[in-house]
Amino acid sequence: MFGLKADWSLEVFERYFTLGDYAGGEARWCPGCGDLAVLNTMHRVLRDAQMLPEKSVVVSGIGCSSRLPHYVGTYGLHGLHGRALPLANGVKARRPDLDVWVGTGDGDCFSIGAGAWIHSMRYNMDMVVLIFDNGIYGLTKKQTSPTTPTGASTNTHPVGAPLPPMNPLTVTLGISNVSFIAQVPDWNPPLLYETIKAAHQHKGTGFVRILQRCPVFSPDFCKPYQENPERMLLLTHEDGIPMDPGVKRVFSEQREHDPHDWLAAMDVARDLSRPPIGLIYLDTDAPVYSEQSAHGMDITDGEKLAALNAALDRFAV
Amino acid sequence: MITPTETGTSNVIDGGFSQPVQISEHIIEVVSDSGEGAQKCGQTFGSISGKMGNGVWTVEIIPAEIQPPARSPAGASGIRVRLGSSYITNMGNEADLVVAFNEQVLYSRIANGAYKKGTVVLLENKWANDPQVEIRNAYSAAVSEFRKNGLIVHELAMEEACLKLTQNPRKGKNMFALGMLARIYSRELDKCLAEITQTFSRKGEKVIKSNQELFNAGFEFASEEIEYHYRIEPYTTDQSKPAIITNGNQAVGLGVMAAGMELVSMYPITPATSASHYVAEVFQNVGGFVHQAEDEIAAIGFAIGASYAGKTACTITSGPGLALKTEMIGLAVMAEVPLVIVDVQRGGPATGLPTKVEQADLLSALYGAPGDAPKVVLAASTIEECLHFVILSRKLAEAFRIPVILLTDANLATGVQPYPRPEVKEEWFTSPVDQSAWDENIPAYNWDEESGLSPRPIPGQRNGEYVLTGLSHTERSKVAYDSDTNQVTHRMRSRKLAALLKTLNPPEVHGDDEGDLLIVGWGSTLGAIEEAIDQLREEGQRVSSLHLRFLSPLEPGLTEIFSRFKKVMTVEINYSDNLDDPLIDEENRRYAQLAMVLRAKTLVDVDCWSVVYGHPLQPGMLYRVISKNLQNLQN
Repeated sequence: MFGLKADWSLEVFERYFTLGDYAGGEARWCPGCGDLAVLNTMHRVLRDAQMLPEKSVVVSGIGCSSRLPHYVGTYGLHGLHGRALPLANGVKARRPDLDVWVGTGDGDCFSIGAGAWIHSMRYNMDMVVLIFDNGIYGLTKKQTSPTTPTGASTNTHPVGAPLPPMNPLTVTLGISNVSFIAQVPDWNPPLLYETIKAAHQHKGTGFVRILQRCPVFSPDFCKPYQENPERMLLLTHEDGIPMDPGVKRVFSEQREHDPHDWLAAMDVARDLSRPPIGLIYLDTDAPVYSEQSAHGMDITDGEKLAALNAALDRFAV
Repeated sequence: MITPTETGTSNVIDGGFSQPVQISEHIIEVVSDSGEGAQKCGQTFGSISGKMGNGVWTVEIIPAEIQPPARSPAGASGIRVRLGSSYITNMGNEADLVVAFNEQVLYSRIANGAYKKGTVVLLENKWANDPQVEIRNAYSAAVSEFRKNGLIVHELAMEEACLKLTQNPRKGKNMFALGMLARIYSRELDKCLAEITQTFSRKGEKVIKSNQELFNAGFEFASEEIEYHYRIEPYTTDQSKPAIITNGNQAVGLGVMAAGMELVSMYPITPATSASHYVAEVFQNVGGFVHQAEDEIAAIGFAIGASYAGKTACTITSGPGLALKTEMIGLAVMAEVPLVIVDVQRGGPATGLPTKVEQADLLSALYGAPGDAPKVVLAASTIEECLHFVILSRKLAEAFRIPVILLTDANLATGVQPYPRPEVKEEWFTSPVDQSAWDENIPAYNWDEESGLSPRPIPGQRNGEYVLTGLSHTERSKVAYDSDTNQVTHRMRSRKLAALLKTLNPPEVHGDDEGDLLIVGWGSTLGAIEEAIDQLREEGQRVSSLHLRFLSPLEPGLTEIFSRFKKVMTVEINYSDNLDDPLIDEENRRYAQLAMVLRAKTLVDVDCWSVVYGHPLQPGMLYRVISKNLQNLQN
């Protein structure tokens, strides 16, 4: 009435969410699967940010990791193989109020979904993209993925994967308008937590490649790094992932790396002998497409009617 | 001065031409090399004629290449405009008058059967004096050949006249030709000049002025040099009823906005893209957004994501794009996501005939997705329906929580026709996304046993949280691989089509509802079929026609209607084997697509006649085909 908003009332009962509010169905991943660590961490990030469960949407494609939405108590969209990102972009396009998460794997994102991956990074919509990279197809039982190491034996290449693996970090870095690239192992809970939290807080697409353990089909993918943390390079910087001394003590190899420096980022990303851990690249000024796609949402029906009649006038006989 | 004394046209011309001769209709073509603006000339002419109250139908003549060689039959680019003092529903038969900027492009039109003995050709004559002897010879050979075959060729110095006003007649001759046509067909000058202003409004005053000067020069030229001079009365006496004139893709775009959609997610594909061009031009005024996706699959994925989040979205494509989208359409069926998919059909398979018309996506629209994927399939048969069926599709998609495929085609997409202006109402728009709390006792798929219908929670609705999945799922959207769940949920999704069918009325028969022969069509062939049927019925033939708009579910009552005719035959623009061909018999004959569907549905021995010439069906051709069938029935 009188142009005032009808509802000024505050919510009477303040809602506080516990981890249980973000829990979905019981996770059916193998014992020792790194996905469980990511799921638990995600629940904690949501809880600590006190996100409204009804306002978060977890989108995925197909594969072991793409079961993620079923294990989160928010809204979810478990789509088609390789298509998590277009679906997620669509969710966000006209609903900037929704908190969007994407869970996808190395096969889902880097192989069948490669086209969407490239373009979604460029769209840079405000969302988190978690790549569960275990270097193998798990759900379909041990086929070579784009990140399977050369020579690893799989059911499609019993004598060993023939080609050098793809480096998703350099590929992603090469995409214009990319704004946040991090890499993290699933077996370091504090670092995993801080990395996912930073991606969640980032305005734009927070791309996190998680080195994920698959004890059943690709145990050798992560084991060397798990057993020898010095084989990874911890990236430190005041604009990087916050990390406490406990985390820093684990990784003997460290480098002060400015995530705003693209050339330096490429330099650490391309070194396959020593995978970088932490924030590789950050651009807080990259245009966010979901800000453009949401234009005009405040237009009233009356204004629509007038505009539509003006459109019809142009064709009037 | 050119006089019409030598005309042998079907239009009886009576008396001199000091006063314009009144005719009931004419078919005019403007043909040129690609890039000479013949289409703009014809579109403007069609638009002016529509605004003067004439019935109009225009068809673009489009070369498939961007830069075909100059002066080649393959490069023929242009437009056909059929105008009359009655409602015009199709491109008609042979042209009455043609303006051509070179003689070579006419060969492809002649090969298409576009002209007859007596068609008047106003031909640019500069080629007669071309410095290249090959061109001079080709020109004179063509002119004599055309004349020998009965075309009435008038060689005119159009370009020379244009050169007085512009240094590049390639860019201005089209408005000169428009001026000529305006004089020949007694178009109202103020309407013409206003239309030119509108056409070039984005290019600035200078361009508008020079085009108007060229138009005036063409008008003068025709007044002095050409005696053909006609009047075509408006057909509507009631000028108070507002009308609009658009092509089918613009109509789709208007429909998208009138339906209150917020998002068009598309990937460029001929001949659908111009619909998105139009939407992109005006969508922001109604608060909408056009997303050009990285590919066809991402385009529909984006739309499904938006729809899942409660926003109404559509994707606009053509056959090859529909093929790429089929997996996603299956997801929308399985997870019951409302979605409108517009398929502007072109010639196939593969890349096929991108710029030409075909009605060959019916079966892929009905059955394209893996598994049993019931969805609604509609076909627009007029340009007006292109607009209204988008609104209808949106409502069906939401009410039935189902994807709707709307089929149009290249003929509708580029055809231009006046039709009643829709009185847009706010209730056509979508309601705001419901964000009130969901009753947690109601599952995400609370299927009504009888109708299969269920309301859906939208992200943001508290207590409605569910995970949409393409896997077999229970009513709470939990993944379920058990036998019963799969059987029951298939039944529920299928039941929605049965429920929709219960709301439909049997289609109306055009002509008597019993007789010798019933012609059944769908899509853009409506006008041509009914024109042929009307002509045959005037001659006393017991023939009627039926046009289907709902292809899935198929409209009710067909078996009963078919039973009242001795023979039922579909007329379609897709491939079927002809029983007269070598090797072809009843055993191995492949039927046209609608015929297959109707045979399966009705168990009636439905025959078919279909061709894939890439152009719209002409009423004259249908008249001959149907006559022959009627004769066979009588023997």
